[in-house]
Amino acid sequence: MSQEQLETLLVMDADAIRKAIRRIAHEIVERNTDLSRLVIAGIPTRGVEVAKRILDHIEQIEGVRPEFGVVDVAMHRDDLRRRGRLTAVVPTELPVDLDDRVIVLVDDVLFTGRSCRAALDAISSFGRPARVQYAVLVDRGHRELPIRADYVGKNVPTALEEKIRVRFENLDSVPDSVRVVRAVKS
Amino acid sequence: MSGWTRKDLLGLDELSADELRIILDTAKAFKGVGERSLKKVPALRGHTMVNFFVEPSTRTRTSFELAAMRLSADVVNISATASSLQKGESLKDTALNLEALRADIIVLRHSSAGASRFLAERLKASIINAGDGAHEHPTQGLLDIFTMIEKRGSLEGAEVAIIGDILFSRVARSNIYALNKLGAKVTLVGPSTLVPKAFEKLGVKVAHRIDDILETADVVNLLRIQHERQRKEYFPGIGEYIKLFGLTKARAERLKPGCLIMHPGPINRGVEIDSDVADGDQSVILEQVTNGLAVRMAVLYLCAGGVGLPS
Repeated sequence: MSQEQLETLLVMDADAIRKAIRRIAHEIVERNTDLSRLVIAGIPTRGVEVAKRILDHIEQIEGVRPEFGVVDVAMHRDDLRRRGRLTAVVPTELPVDLDDRVIVLVDDVLFTGRSCRAALDAISSFGRPARVQYAVLVDRGHRELPIRADYVGKNVPTALEEKIRVRFENLDSVPDSVRVVRAVKS
Repeated sequence: MSGWTRKDLLGLDELSADELRIILDTAKAFKGVGERSLKKVPALRGHTMVNFFVEPSTRTRTSFELAAMRLSADVVNISATASSLQKGESLKDTALNLEALRADIIVLRHSSAGASRFLAERLKASIINAGDGAHEHPTQGLLDIFTMIEKRGSLEGAEVAIIGDILFSRVARSNIYALNKLGAKVTLVGPSTLVPKAFEKLGVKVAHRIDDILETADVVNLLRIQHERQRKEYFPGIGEYIKLFGLTKARAERLKPGCLIMHPGPINRGVEIDSDVADGDQSVILEQVTNGLAVRMAVLYLCAGGVGLPS
């Protein structure tokens, strides 16, 4: 009888994560001159944490803190039946008037692109922002939709059967890390 | 926190405090959908919900219908008079036919206690109990509690008085089960014929005078006098009921300033509650209706969602 074991490979440690998020913050500031129009909005759960950290860095760099937001995608996924498992829904938090705003949507991992698609749907049910940009900590490839990120912390080529595991100390009580996880038969 | 793994919602008695909290948290997220310019999300696209109401209802049926529509499900309504139950078809046969039509969710209102469990044990579809006899009305209990928590922050230690026709009330039972689990202190108030002492076995207090609870209650939940279920021997007369148990203007003035006044509707104005009190500042009766939609969206989402919510 073969038993499955998990093999993990560390691709980013706490320092690499901090530097990648700091670079993303610099790039956002460079691309968006008017920070007062900016909303940095995370996709739950860990995208929200990345968004908060981007905001901290922008505040350090520029001395102003753009608005924070949360975009729930669970209720905007259209593949409930296919996935066969539920994601907890949380309230979406966005400014009341989106008309002149630039939203930077933030997620931890970009994979198929379906979360981003769902997030775009969610945003459009609130209003019509001037522009939406997309920032991710890790791009692991395997897109199923024509979606790309404007800001990428690290490109991590993966096999389809592998997983990316992101952990943050303040949420998971283990040091910040990004790992590639793969099942191996032993 | 444990996850959500149920396909059906039959009652609040069988749910854990964690499961109640999962529904309430999910409802909070769905409440936001009603405040957007586009009030619709695709979560249940491709699912079919059948509203199967063997007993009449307007608000619960409409609320479930709107909840399903906001989740992009397809909805069919069947009422008792329009169904083949009138022609003598059994509940089980009607339900099997609904399942053969690939209904994913059946919302059932029935005059017999246990009707929804009967179907849940026999069908693959999710069964949502929308009231079964005098047994339970879980989504009403949930929306009452959602409203209390939204207004008060927590139920821990809250004094909740449920007033009126407890004996025949499925709303009261669902409220009692959930309030007990979430740490509230429940007092049931009504004539001894409608609030027998036996209810104390559920871990609640029983009082036979509304005046006993006015100064201490944080929430008063008034139940409708169900004329259709009353018989003479339970009930002295409307005049006497108002005198002993009606929330009149004079009595409402004795309530604590922050005390919430609730009613599941439909209201008998001037019987359980004075018209002015029902429309007053402390009344959250219409907010209950709005919250009902969010709670039902949450229940439909959770029950239709496949394997379940991981912890």
